[in-house]
Amino acid sequence: MSNGPIVSGKDPRFEVTLYKHVGKDQSWTLDYYLEHGGYQAIQKAIAMGQDAVIEEVKRSGLRGRGGAGFPTGLKWSFMPKNTGKQHYIVCNADESEPGSFKDRYLLEDDPHQLIEGMMIAGLAIQATKGYIYIRGEYRRAYDRVVAAIKEARERGYLGQNLFGTSFEFDLYVHRGAGAYICGEETALMNSLEGLRANPRMKPPFPAQAGLWGKPTTINNVESLCSVVHIIQRGADWFASMGTEKSKGHKLFQVSGPFKRPGVYELPLGTTFRELLYDWAGGPTEPIQAIIPGGSSCPPLPWNDEVLDTPMDYESIAAKGSLLGTGGVIGIPASMSMVDAMWNVTRFYGHESCGKCTPCREGVSGWMVRLFEKMGTGQGEKGDVELLEDLLNQIEGRSFCALADAACWPVRGSLKHFREQFVDVVENKKALERVGSRWA
Amino acid sequence: MGFFDDKQDWLAEVFGQYPERRAALMPLLRRVQQDEGWISPERQEEIARLVGTTATEVAGVMSFYSYYQALPTGKYHIQVCATLSCAIAGADELWDELVNELQILRGDVSDDGLFSIQKVECLGSCHTAPVIQINDEPYVECVTKARLRALLEGLRQGKRLEEIQLPGKVGHVVHNRGDEVGA
Repeated sequence: MSNGPIVSGKDPRFEVTLYKHVGKDQSWTLDYYLEHGGYQAIQKAIAMGQDAVIEEVKRSGLRGRGGAGFPTGLKWSFMPKNTGKQHYIVCNADESEPGSFKDRYLLEDDPHQLIEGMMIAGLAIQATKGYIYIRGEYRRAYDRVVAAIKEARERGYLGQNLFGTSFEFDLYVHRGAGAYICGEETALMNSLEGLRANPRMKPPFPAQAGLWGKPTTINNVESLCSVVHIIQRGADWFASMGTEKSKGHKLFQVSGPFKRPGVYELPLGTTFRELLYDWAGGPTEPIQAIIPGGSSCPPLPWNDEVLDTPMDYESIAAKGSLLGTGGVIGIPASMSMVDAMWNVTRFYGHESCGKCTPCREGVSGWMVRLFEKMGTGQGEKGDVELLEDLLNQIEGRSFCALADAACWPVRGSLKHFREQFVDVVENKKALERVGSRWA
Repeated sequence: MGFFDDKQDWLAEVFGQYPERRAALMPLLRRVQQDEGWISPERQEEIARLVGTTATEVAGVMSFYSYYQALPTGKYHIQVCATLSCAIAGADELWDELVNELQILRGDVSDDGLFSIQKVECLGSCHTAPVIQINDEPYVECVTKARLRALLEGLRQGKRLEEIQLPGKVGHVVHNRGDEVGA
């Protein structure tokens, strides 16, 4: 094995970290967490101090694992200091991007890891209060997180004068109720305040005016859990994995017709081939495309070139798609790409908050109806061009990124699988239901 | 008597989590939904008074989120994930089976009052597709037709969800390495 960075899960230097305790008996309890070194990183962070913690996270190269990939340390450094106001750290645990399910098991099986990560983030941004915005459907995760907070509070790991210092921190859980847009940070804040989850205008950014107008930072579950290990083991350890601009390890998720679908923790830069064949066991039927990082990412064709692409932010972007949440969905050859994109478009159409016209009328209205028309065998010549024109009119013109997220997969499908769209339209093919492969 | 009259301690705890009462709107809606299966106009007015807003505002928030129901639901409200990974695994067929079996559509309640159904967006269990959720319980995963029929039969017999024996694959095993996979 080379002395270079670790870019394979098979590299003997790599070890599973974030998911180390997932699936283990009682891993969600405080006793288990303490037995496995829990709450040592926060004590180290307190000793380091706020500035050193931010610098360490910056140096690690950690980029937000919620999908956007913004550098976490830099985000923390945007928070104003010594404002005298209440600062908030918020965990975005509203995992709702189709194809993504990695955060669920961190919440269910290792809630104390997240709590410790939030404490470190709280220390870094001078927040003494935090909220975990957890998606409403995650019942088991909610129960375990609430129990973990209660346990931590009762035994003095949350509250005031923690670890014999002046550091104080407490946490609350807020349950969502089924709305994908709550993953957008300003929409999440509205939802937490008891409003419809419409996104807010930026600026002001949350670091200036967030929850209830107070300085706020929002991070993904996986990002916050990663911070625990960055502090505990050092930025150099984290940066020893991954590529030049995509550092560290990442949770990849596999769904679709593969032998072993599930969550795999691997260093960034691991290839799709290693993930999908060596870990997920390979496809169980012919695959024509993969969506690399959740449903908002443009699909890529199933071929050797794509399979050998390293899974990092830059390499996937160079192929015309996005790393996103790392949620890889395999689309079988037996399913029309038009059908797959109809499903994805219907999802974004349903989840649009309706605040702005391009999304409300364009995605929820025109795009969904055009797919219905094509998919039910009523397509007409020119519909593919009309779909392209719609994408051009919608993309980049909406209030938040939800409409872009709806456009990107369709645009990617038209780029690689245009003939399927033309075939459906020109031959007025009503699409078969994909459920014919039902077990 | 109001729904929350005998829940003052619970209310105080919820309000205590936020600097403004309005933020308690969603937890209050959820509590009513959990206990009564839907949120009637009377309950919406009661919640509005408690959090200091109007019933219209409450209705506006309710309609935004798919979990809150403005019409009565069955004792078991069955939500079927319809999004891509579940669709690939047969969620559309599952929905058809459910409609045929129960003879109801979205918005209906079965004659025996037991069931109502709803297609929902991604439930976040794409690797164990297709997936359904009943009320506010943990998911039922890898749902085949046989598992669905066994599930409905068990619920009709009054069994609790965790007591029902389902044939075939059972749940999932989450793995941190490939050799521990069980899904």
